Amino acid sequence: MNGVRLHMNKMRPIAALAAGALAAAGLAACGGGDSGGSGSGPGYNAAVNKVVNASDKKGGTLRLAMSDDFDSPDPGNQYYAWDQNFSRFYGRGLMTFKPAAGDDSKTIIPDLATAPGQSSDGAKTWTYKLRTGVKFSDGTPVTSKDVKYAVERSNFTDEMQLGPKYFKTYLVDNKPSYKGPYKDKSDEGLKSIETPDDNTIVFHLSKPFSEFDDLVAMSQTIPVPKAKDTGLKYESSIVSSGPYKVDNYTRGKSMTLSRNPYWDPSTDPIRKALPDKIELQLKQNADDIDNRLLAGSLDMDVAGVGVQAGTQPKVLTPQQKPYTDNPIQGYLRFMSLNQHVKPLDNIHCRNAVQYATDKVAAQTAYGGPLAGGDVATTILPPTVDGYRKFDLFPQKQAAGGNGLDDATLAKAKQELAACGKPTGFSTKISARSDRPKEVAMAQAIQQSLKKVGINVSIVQWPAGDYFNKYVGVPNYVHQHGVGMMLMAWAADWPTGYGFLSQIVDGRAIKPSGGNNLAEEDNPKVNAALDQAIASTDKATRTKLYGDIDQMVMQDAVEVPLIYAKALLYRPKRVTNVGITAGYGGMYDYLNMGVEK
Amino acid sequence: MLLLISLVTFGIFFWLPKLAGQTTDQLAASYVGKAPTAEAIQATKERLGLDKPVVVQYGHYLKGIVAGEDFKAGPVTDHCPAPCLGYSFRTSQPVLPTLMDRAPATLGLAIGAAIVWLIVGVSTGVVSALKRGSIWDRAAMVVALSGVSLPIYFTGLVSLALFSYKLGIFPGGGSYVGFSQNPLTWFESLVLPWITLAFLYAAMYARLTRAGMLETMNEDYIRTARAKGLPEKTVITKHALRASLTPILTIFGLDFGLLIGGAVLTENTFSIPGLGQLAISSIGTGDLPMVLGVTTLAATFIVVINLIVDLLYAIIDPRVRLG
Repeated sequence: MNGVRLHMNKMRPIAALAAGALAAAGLAACGGGDSGGSGSGPGYNAAVNKVVNASDKKGGTLRLAMSDDFDSPDPGNQYYAWDQNFSRFYGRGLMTFKPAAGDDSKTIIPDLATAPGQSSDGAKTWTYKLRTGVKFSDGTPVTSKDVKYAVERSNFTDEMQLGPKYFKTYLVDNKPSYKGPYKDKSDEGLKSIETPDDNTIVFHLSKPFSEFDDLVAMSQTIPVPKAKDTGLKYESSIVSSGPYKVDNYTRGKSMTLSRNPYWDPSTDPIRKALPDKIELQLKQNADDIDNRLLAGSLDMDVAGVGVQAGTQPKVLTPQQKPYTDNPIQGYLRFMSLNQHVKPLDNIHCRNAVQYATDKVAAQTAYGGPLAGGDVATTILPPTVDGYRKFDLFPQKQAAGGNGLDDATLAKAKQELAACGKPTGFSTKISARSDRPKEVAMAQAIQQSLKKVGINVSIVQWPAGDYFNKYVGVPNYVHQHGVGMMLMAWAADWPTGYGFLSQIVDGRAIKPSGGNNLAEEDNPKVNAALDQAIASTDKATRTKLYGDIDQMVMQDAVEVPLIYAKALLYRPKRVTNVGITAGYGGMYDYLNMGVEK
Repeated sequence: MLLLISLVTFGIFFWLPKLAGQTTDQLAASYVGKAPTAEAIQATKERLGLDKPVVVQYGHYLKGIVAGEDFKAGPVTDHCPAPCLGYSFRTSQPVLPTLMDRAPATLGLAIGAAIVWLIVGVSTGVVSALKRGSIWDRAAMVVALSGVSLPIYFTGLVSLALFSYKLGIFPGGGSYVGFSQNPLTWFESLVLPWITLAFLYAAMYARLTRAGMLETMNEDYIRTARAKGLPEKTVITKHALRASLTPILTIFGLDFGLLIGGAVLTENTFSIPGLGQLAISSIGTGDLPMVLGVTTLAATFIVVINLIVDLLYAIIDPRVRLG
């Protein structure tokens, strides 16, 4: 391990000067790089609502990097948004997000399927027809049985535990319960997925689910040939159904993709498949990734969470700013108020917290408008279907930047009086100890609440145990009086149901590991969620999601703080660059190419 | 010795967390992904053997070392031959092959850097000692002070920004390739990491050598050697430097052993896929078998290197041979 063992007795002035000079030289050097130096790029935020640098030019190598690794590149064993975005290079699910920018990118379009699912039986049965002529990278044809097998292995086996389990939740189970294809060797498998012929697949659900197209847009419907499945080892021998095949994947190092000779563009109207080769370097130094992007030796940071804090000033120079985007990322950072912790069981005390929580201070603590995000007033972020702009607890900042103005604080005090706590009360606020920005946010909230007499003490727990051991365990929360809990949430698919069902549905309250931290269990909210997901009319659903948002805010159990944003950089050599709301506000990788 | 190390390491990573209150459910939940259900946690506990007592888990670990282990990956079963250090909880990869895959990068980095720092550090220290108080001495010690003061993640990023992205002299981060893949690219990609790592250690060794040489040059036997009319070069190299090398060699053994167990900062700064990067990554994701493997391998390196150093004492210092 690297280390320094010697200790200097005395640092002489000359040495300090030399060290300082070296540091200054280094910092000056860090500012180097001239990619996009003309300053005449497409413009700041140009890729947020439209695809910039549009091109059909083929060839070249798309050079990507990431400071971490896949949870798994196996489409059946992955969850993260960037994984799902990236795996479309080598896999085709039944549906996918339209390669576009802005609102258009939330549209679900057919990929392996010929059309969106045909629903019947009150949105409990969904039928898809597969395109003909699609082949795996080993030359064998893709059939509906391969899609069925992919869903079975990803949702019903003990081995595949990294991805979501929505299919298991919503599909009708066998009797006795289906154990997955690794244990159940019968030909029939899961009876609720039928494959009457090689090009048809039918899903039978246990209850109506009108957003099933969103579920089949997840990577778990990317077909897997049963004969080639090696379980947890499959990630090293993925059989491609997309325009690229995986030549090599070494965990913690890299993945290389090249053209799949069996991919037929006539079967795939949505992919351009521009680069000849795609190289993804893994476990790269995050700061160095930024430097390489600026120097032009790298094309994209696939993590999609923005440049590092130290890089932000460099990309905001007049020369570089036209190559940056600052999209809303679909995340909401918020504070849950637990309704069973006194005095927050009284709505007026919750209302007081809503008014007295200085959201601008919280925003500043989290990194400000660019790296932190926009001040939030609703639970649904603007990029999620159902978002409706409203603010039930309007705040104003005092002149001179000294926190909330007197009128806002007076409203908070009125609510405290109505709650029977005119001088305030005491409770605890939790944050994840290994997330310094979240802790800073808790401190900012602590300071702002103090102004109306609400004294909160901050408790911190590590992210790994946060939900399983502490805030997600109602008994623990009640016993330890943790009235306020900071968390962040993003939807698995960008609709109100995808966002709300786990955090405000009373039936999502669990003994441990839950995400409904406020223990919101409003029968009207629960019923509206059921009504929405059963409705096949999108406009009806969208309206209901907005209503639910408003109902939960009327209960005052969630304090929306910021709609998360990130500062992303797009080198000028990269073509077809647009922000996709489908994958949480990162760039859409599907049709990226490079100028030679 | 290694058995003891494995026992202690196993205890630290598998037993201590339990003492601190961690349940097997919490441990298993960390390997399930974003949405751990009770059913998934139970399945993972059984699959990874976390539901068994720690003693049984350790016995299973030792059995794998002497008899190998079978790993059920789903429809296929993978066999890990002895000595098997188990499978990663996080990636399902066998630990030993992963370590062997990472070791060459770390070895290449450590050996190259050690050569540079020994040559630069020792020679600078000697010259500084011989020209004590001169401009050379002061300048060398200022550089040495900078070397020990500046962390590698700073000097590394600065050197990358300056020499790679600004001047284009060396390839940038992430350019590492294996020696067998392309020796020239391998060499080019390691020049900056070598220099950066050596900058830290050379500075320390220069100061050590200087101190040792200053002390030795005042010894009576040096005066005697000069009185006997030996050339100054012989006095310095054969009598003074040789005597000063013994403590340096001791420290070198420790430093080098630690480094080949994983040059954590350098590997992470330059994105070199070595043992240090693997160690940090495994610790970050709580991948216990991989952490155990890296620790055991690092301990093995340190034991072996120190054994070699003990043997080298006899070559450098005749008194050891006589003893």
